[in-house]
Amino acid sequence: MTRFLQATIEGLSLASIYALLALGFVIIYKSSQVLSFAQPAFLMVGGYATSYIAVTMGVNFWLAVPLGVAVAALLAATFERVTVRPMIGKPVFSVAILTIGLDISTRVGIDDLIGVNIRTVGDPWGFKTFKFFDAVVQHRSLATIIATIVVVVLLALFFRYSRTGLAMRATAFDQETSLAQGISVGRVFALAWLLGGALAGLAGMFSATGLAGLSQSNYLLALKALPAVVVGGLDSINGAVAGALIIGLAEAYTASYQGEFLPFLGSNFSQVVPYVVMVLVLVIRPYGLFGTKEVVRV
Amino acid sequence: MRGRPLLFTSYESDGAMLRTRVQWVWLVLGLALLTWLPFVLERSDLILVATAFVAAVGAIGLNLVTGYAGQVSLGHAFFLAVGAYTGAALSGDPDASVIGFGLDMVLWLPAAGIVAALVGALVAPIAVRLRGLYLALVTIGLVFLGEHIFRNWRELTGGIGVGREPAQLDLLGFRFDTEGEVFGISMIREQKIYFLGLVLLIVMGFMAKNIARSRIGRAFSAIRDRDIAAAVMGVDLTRYKVVAFAVSSFYAGVAGSVLFTITGFVEPTSFNLVLSVLYIAMVVIGGIATISGAIMGAAFVTLLPRFIELGSDWIWFLGPGGGLTTGQLERILFGALVVLFLIVEPLGLYGIWFRIRNYWRAWPFSY
Repeated sequence: MTRFLQATIEGLSLASIYALLALGFVIIYKSSQVLSFAQPAFLMVGGYATSYIAVTMGVNFWLAVPLGVAVAALLAATFERVTVRPMIGKPVFSVAILTIGLDISTRVGIDDLIGVNIRTVGDPWGFKTFKFFDAVVQHRSLATIIATIVVVVLLALFFRYSRTGLAMRATAFDQETSLAQGISVGRVFALAWLLGGALAGLAGMFSATGLAGLSQSNYLLALKALPAVVVGGLDSINGAVAGALIIGLAEAYTASYQGEFLPFLGSNFSQVVPYVVMVLVLVIRPYGLFGTKEVVRV
Repeated sequence: MRGRPLLFTSYESDGAMLRTRVQWVWLVLGLALLTWLPFVLERSDLILVATAFVAAVGAIGLNLVTGYAGQVSLGHAFFLAVGAYTGAALSGDPDASVIGFGLDMVLWLPAAGIVAALVGALVAPIAVRLRGLYLALVTIGLVFLGEHIFRNWRELTGGIGVGREPAQLDLLGFRFDTEGEVFGISMIREQKIYFLGLVLLIVMGFMAKNIARSRIGRAFSAIRDRDIAAAVMGVDLTRYKVVAFAVSSFYAGVAGSVLFTITGFVEPTSFNLVLSVLYIAMVVIGGIATISGAIMGAAFVTLLPRFIELGSDWIWFLGPGGGLTTGQLERILFGALVVLFLIVEPLGLYGIWFRIRNYWRAWPFSY
């Protein structure tokens, strides 16, 4: 039971990071119909910028986080304005490939800055743990979970009650009509990418807290969040959170139990569990659990 | 029809492989150049060009499924891996620590393609249910799952960091990987592999062109442009999507099996998402839905590192004092070029060539 509880807590912590990333993917996809493969780059930029500001420059951690996240968000918005905006009306796939190009170029630069050493972000949680029943909980796990809940609630309130949130929902529904209603669709795109970059940057920061640290391979988290997006449905914000929970818990339980019960699946199988879950879900429901079914007409 | 090369009076001449006399001239000139090249190039460049030939075969395969049939596949690395390991296992030394059957190239080359095609046909039914980006994401999953399988299946792949020997280039007793005489001309290993790649590319290229201009190719294009409309017109979507994946995987399998014989080493971690993206980039940079575009793209992407290396002598921020290494600059340029081509020239190198050609065709008039 302790082991189950332990795996659940680790799963929730992982799911929180996936949820942040998945929300970034979905917000960008919903408002500008672009599947941004540049999220891994924003994750790395957010993590690195926080680390640089907090550790290298010695700024207070609580000030460094918003600054680091802002760097990622601004980069995302710049990419949107310079490279994605001219591609409006082009096939979605072309734009997706374009973001892969952005990701490759940006990550080379970030990898060069990070180097071979693992960086810390100067977080106050460190290696500290506490006991919850018999399970050991890292402070960073708890911080990640709480921060994610706060972010999700804030986003939900923003989309539900604010004028801008309404504008974004309208744009996601129908770009031309919202343009006709006086909504600046371009500004909505920019805002969506700002949010997407910020969420990825925040996830990057949390991925680098505590024991883990920031290394060149942290970007893989963003690619593992893709299954969460797909499981939930590309265009569903609730789905993104649900998908992240499913993927995160599945990965944590596999990491905990697979070595004992299903050893023939090979070492590190938990790393590919997200993709297994994704393929299984898509075979049954081609638009994910909460995605809108595309209306097909000639 | 003298002086009016674009007037076609029959469907045969309109759909011909080479439609005008100018194309014949280009083909003969190109072949002559490519036959002459291996006798003047240096060894390292020769290997690079040979790699480009084989990569072009893989890129043509990806272009068939992604460019012609419009089914976006980011899983090409997986099919390359299937081909590479089928070839390696069938031709490998039976006494080695990894699986090997010691078969001849006559058997393993087609087998590598066929096994990959079968795997492709197995994956295709999932593709039939999915559309657009969902398909792209599933094929990404395929790469990660494949990488996991190849990492853990040590009897076949040798495992991470260890790897294994790739397929043996032994065609009915004729060895491509040793020095020797061919038709009375003494050739080094690299020259032989060069010609192997060239012949492979020509054969597979013409095959692909045949697929593209025939009934199957037209069905592919119809599915790409509007799948519902294609279905209404009687194109069997399931069947042609399966065919597209199978044919594309066949090309990937053949390319994969030969590709790693050039470096002489194959390791399971090579078949990652980066490799898939490399092939997508070849298609995008070369030109979507053109055979010659895929070849140009493959050549461009494969030879890019060499050109950067050549240029690094006079680019100030390279070299020991600068901030970037050649490898880093190569990847940055690679990413930037993909972005640039998509924004400025969606038709890729083929599109550039197309406009140059049309300019001179009408010269001295503007159109």
